[in-house]
Amino acid sequence: MVSASIVGVLAGLILAPLLGGIINRVKALFAGRSGQPLLQPYRDIAKLLRKGAVFSTTTGEMFGVGPAIGVAAGVVGLTLLPLGGSRAPVAFSGDFLLLLGLLALARFCIVLAALDTGSAFEGMGASREVAFSALAEPAMLLAVGALVRATDAQSLSAAVGAVWKQVWQPSMPAAVLVAAALAVVLLCENARIPFDDPNTHLELTMIHEVMVLDHSGPDFGLVLYGGALKLWIFSALLAGVLVPVRCGSPWLDAVATVIGTFCVAAGGGAVESTMARLRLVRVPQLLVGAAVMAALAVLLVR
Amino acid sequence: MGWEIDPILVTLVLVNLLLLGGSRLVTCIRLVAVQGVLLGILALLVQVGWSPTRAVLLAGGSVLLKGVVFPRLLSRALRGAEIRREMEPYVGYTPSVLLGLAMLALTVWVSSRLTLPLPAASHLLVPVALFTTLTGLFLIVARRKAITQVLGYLVLENGIVTFGIALSHEAPLSVELGVLLDVFVAILVMGIIVHNIREDFDHIDTDRLASLKD
Amino acid sequence: MTLVLLAIGVLVATGVAALPVRCGTRAGTVTAAGAVGAATLVVGPALRAMLGASLPGIKRVWSVPLGTFSLGIDALTGVFLLIIVTIGALGAVYGVPYLTRTAPGRRLGVPWCMYNLLLASMLVVVTARDGVLFLVAWEVMSLASFFLVTFDDRTEEVREAGWTYLLATHIGTAFLLAMFLLIAEGGPLSLEAQVVRPTPLASVAFVLALVGFGTKAGFWPLHVWLPQAHPAAPSHVSAVMSGVMLKMGVYGLLRVLPLLGPPAVWWGWVLVGVGAVSGVGGVLFALAQHDLKRLLAYHSVENLGLIALGLGLGTLGLASNLPVMAALGFAGALLHVVNHAIFKSLLFFGAGAVVAATGTRDLDQLAGLGRRMPVTARTFLVGSAAISGLPPLNGFVSELLIFLAALAGISERTAGVVAPAAAVLAALGLIGGLAAACFAKAYGVSFLGEPRQPLAAHDPAPPMRRVMVLLAALCALIGLGGAWVVPGLTAAVATLVRVPFLELQPVLGGDVGRILAAVGALGAFFWVLVLVLLRLRKAVLGEREVGASPTWDCGYAAPSPRMQYTASSFAQPLVELFRGVLHTHHDVAPPHGIFPRTARLATETPEVVEVGFLRPLFAAIARLAQRLHVLQHGRVQLYVLYLALALLALLVWQLGGGW
Repeated sequence: MVSASIVGVLAGLILAPLLGGIINRVKALFAGRSGQPLLQPYRDIAKLLRKGAVFSTTTGEMFGVGPAIGVAAGVVGLTLLPLGGSRAPVAFSGDFLLLLGLLALARFCIVLAALDTGSAFEGMGASREVAFSALAEPAMLLAVGALVRATDAQSLSAAVGAVWKQVWQPSMPAAVLVAAALAVVLLCENARIPFDDPNTHLELTMIHEVMVLDHSGPDFGLVLYGGALKLWIFSALLAGVLVPVRCGSPWLDAVATVIGTFCVAAGGGAVESTMARLRLVRVPQLLVGAAVMAALAVLLVR
Repeated sequence: MGWEIDPILVTLVLVNLLLLGGSRLVTCIRLVAVQGVLLGILALLVQVGWSPTRAVLLAGGSVLLKGVVFPRLLSRALRGAEIRREMEPYVGYTPSVLLGLAMLALTVWVSSRLTLPLPAASHLLVPVALFTTLTGLFLIVARRKAITQVLGYLVLENGIVTFGIALSHEAPLSVELGVLLDVFVAILVMGIIVHNIREDFDHIDTDRLASLKD
Repeated sequence: MTLVLLAIGVLVATGVAALPVRCGTRAGTVTAAGAVGAATLVVGPALRAMLGASLPGIKRVWSVPLGTFSLGIDALTGVFLLIIVTIGALGAVYGVPYLTRTAPGRRLGVPWCMYNLLLASMLVVVTARDGVLFLVAWEVMSLASFFLVTFDDRTEEVREAGWTYLLATHIGTAFLLAMFLLIAEGGPLSLEAQVVRPTPLASVAFVLALVGFGTKAGFWPLHVWLPQAHPAAPSHVSAVMSGVMLKMGVYGLLRVLPLLGPPAVWWGWVLVGVGAVSGVGGVLFALAQHDLKRLLAYHSVENLGLIALGLGLGTLGLASNLPVMAALGFAGALLHVVNHAIFKSLLFFGAGAVVAATGTRDLDQLAGLGRRMPVTARTFLVGSAAISGLPPLNGFVSELLIFLAALAGISERTAGVVAPAAAVLAALGLIGGLAAACFAKAYGVSFLGEPRQPLAAHDPAPPMRRVMVLLAALCALIGLGGAWVVPGLTAAVATLVRVPFLELQPVLGGDVGRILAAVGALGAFFWVLVLVLLRLRKAVLGEREVGASPTWDCGYAAPSPRMQYTASSFAQPLVELFRGVLHTHHDVAPPHGIFPRTARLATETPEVVEVGFLRPLFAAIARLAQRLHVLQHGRVQLYVLYLALALLALLVWQLGGGW
């Protein structure tokens, strides 16, 4: 039991950058290109970690602390993350809030690191990032509320473990709504289309990318890795809700969920290939929509 | 029983919320069409004590009229009137959606207090019916254009039909078909009026009808 | 109890002793010594009371009608005693060099005397066990703080803030007076928690108490005085007012609620609603502010909202017979009282340091203070993260307790509990996200980046620095050691949930203790990871080529510090999104032509309750009063006529046998 959960954390640490590779491959597939190698994100990170760095003369200590906190928060978050029926190494009542808090902390520090450069562009990105995530938060907490209400379980591991028996089977619509809300939050928090275009080359239109424009070398490597961990956490959570495998063996459950996580990433890639980015004014409406779906799920579950 | 129709009911709710948040007229017309089709399916699935002909007739009528004919008419009116393709709300889209959620919570509470003459097919049926009715009312009240008011009436009627399905023994077929016919006529009349107003005054903003009060 | 009395004596004595002192610094030193002395006297009994020891009270007959001179300490009092004396003493220590710098050469005897009087009156407020004594102390507290708010009385703005405060606090007191008269039913009123009298008028009394105490606590929409008064007062006074004095409102509610008998369910709904509205409204208005201290004042509204959410869930739990939820809600509220006292005073001290160094509170003028004031910057950062409810700091721990209470509620079956619990979840999410946005703005804009204009700021004097470091350390320690702090609140929560101490021990000591231990352990793990990563980064970068260049500016050739994002631009997306609530005024002169000369943008977010509701109300009252001027015209004959008429009316009424 313990070994499976620890392997789950290691899997997250090792496999997280792969999700970015999968998304890029799916996008290439849709576009009819051969695309970059699946392991390209690993190469990027490894190369960045080996390089030197250039620092802006404006920046201070916050600039370097931000990426490190982002990675540390992601790693600690992984210890709370169950893989489907396979419990996390640490589970306690209310651990949802700690996981969300850690991710919020990572965001807070990256935002401050961006403001530390004094650049108007990075300020703009930071401003949009905090605005959108503030609206994503209620959706996330309401989705958690629906899960808790349906499963009567107070911890992430217990709730995700019981999700098949106690949400999908008795009230399928509620489960779909929760999954949809989680998916919207995933796309928003990880700066994917339709919220933010990771491939855009115009600083004015970027959100997440523009915040880390000035990071270079190992710092940028940490930023990328922290982002990958965050994507892993959200994807594995969504996969835990979506993948119905609960066969009793934590190993099998975990493997099924990891495969599900890859599928979620592939789905993200598909969304990215087929959708355009939303106008900025529409973004809050989509997030409010996610919150409404989650609230609806709370109402539906009995 | 409940688990078969629950997805449809939840989709109905979502369609209502989308209607509240939708800004483009064409999208809203399509959404109302989707709602009509959903109602048809619902009528097929809920057939406690119905004769098959009745269910098929009702479902077919609903799908045909509300899913195909009405949207066509409305789209034509829209094209004919050459109006701006937006809803022009009095109450903003996001507040409308949040209000919708509040209305939904209210209807859930109300229907938990309501004692019905016979048990509904699903615990969601009554709140969804009430919510659809309220959504229709809200659209009539909180949107500016004449055409959106027609949409509101349609949604309102959908809610009433859902309620009829919930209490299927009570409402005879003729009543339901009569309602359908009523709405059909209403849409026709509205279409003609909208068209004529547009020809005479160049716009179909009901605000400006108020200037006729003297 | 004698120690507390002694402390009150010390505070009053040193305050009075400071009155005639001509030199401001010396007056401050005398009172600060008194405050620190009082703190050392009170901490012991306060801690013992918190842990459940029953300390003897004091009861004397008093010549005031309906009153007895009755003081006591229980666990609840202990919690509040602790924050009063701690923050009070730290504020005094900070205030001496602060006032020396910001108000040089002024005679400070009166303000310092008022400061100690404020602390002493708050000590009496929380120990009073008699209604009349409570109200007297309450009034002294309000007056003392009024004199502190109007410290800078040569400014028009400050005088106005003072009057608003005085008016608001007295309206609140009027409601309290009515409430006390109602529950005392004409007799003397004891505030001992054991006296439970379920009166039919309990609900009326609850509403009166909510308005009366809510005015002090700054619940929406009774908070109007708060964003005016806090920026007007000197920073150490703002810290004490925001960190401690607002909590007297919470204390009052907690003290009076048990007197009203078993609560009704809708009390919980009202409290949750008030909490959600105060929380979201407070943080939204904070986002729209440019004035650092005004921003912090609005955040007090937000945090009191969070406390009200906890109280609401607690009350709901009591009313629906869910003791675990009640315990978690009240514990969350109480812990947030303590935590808010710590990080809010820290933030006000930080803002004070900024004001002392730069002379401005305008966020749009500030930038790049971090390198010049490293200690202030770091401690302010800790406070910012803590108030945003981010782990592993103390704000997170109290939000976690409120979250747990909401989770306990949302799994219930009755809609009357589920709906408020879901509302609390949504509100917690929104408040947390917006607060993080707001403090990213407050910290990021003022301390990071490049100064907008040449600036000779530096960290404040050592005592001020030490106070800030101590508070920041407390934030971190409570964040990690919540498992040891929360069980300390068990006794206080037990009096509120009205169950024996031992019944609550397994919940708050056992279950919650384990949860918080896990949070603490993961928090420690997090800090270790961060330190390791930073050490690695330093080692790695040390042996590589590291360059320096200006910030990437997308090819623009002549960047200047004035092009940095300002606080207003940072908050713009959210302010725009919530314009329906905020009604921000924009005064824009956009640039024209190819070579634009001047362009201007000014935004102002007025207090919507004040402008939209109170001003028209008071204008209406003033118009009404104008009409009454007819009666007041200075002719003695007519005054005599009034007298005669009044006497005649009384006579008729008396002979008629009353009503």
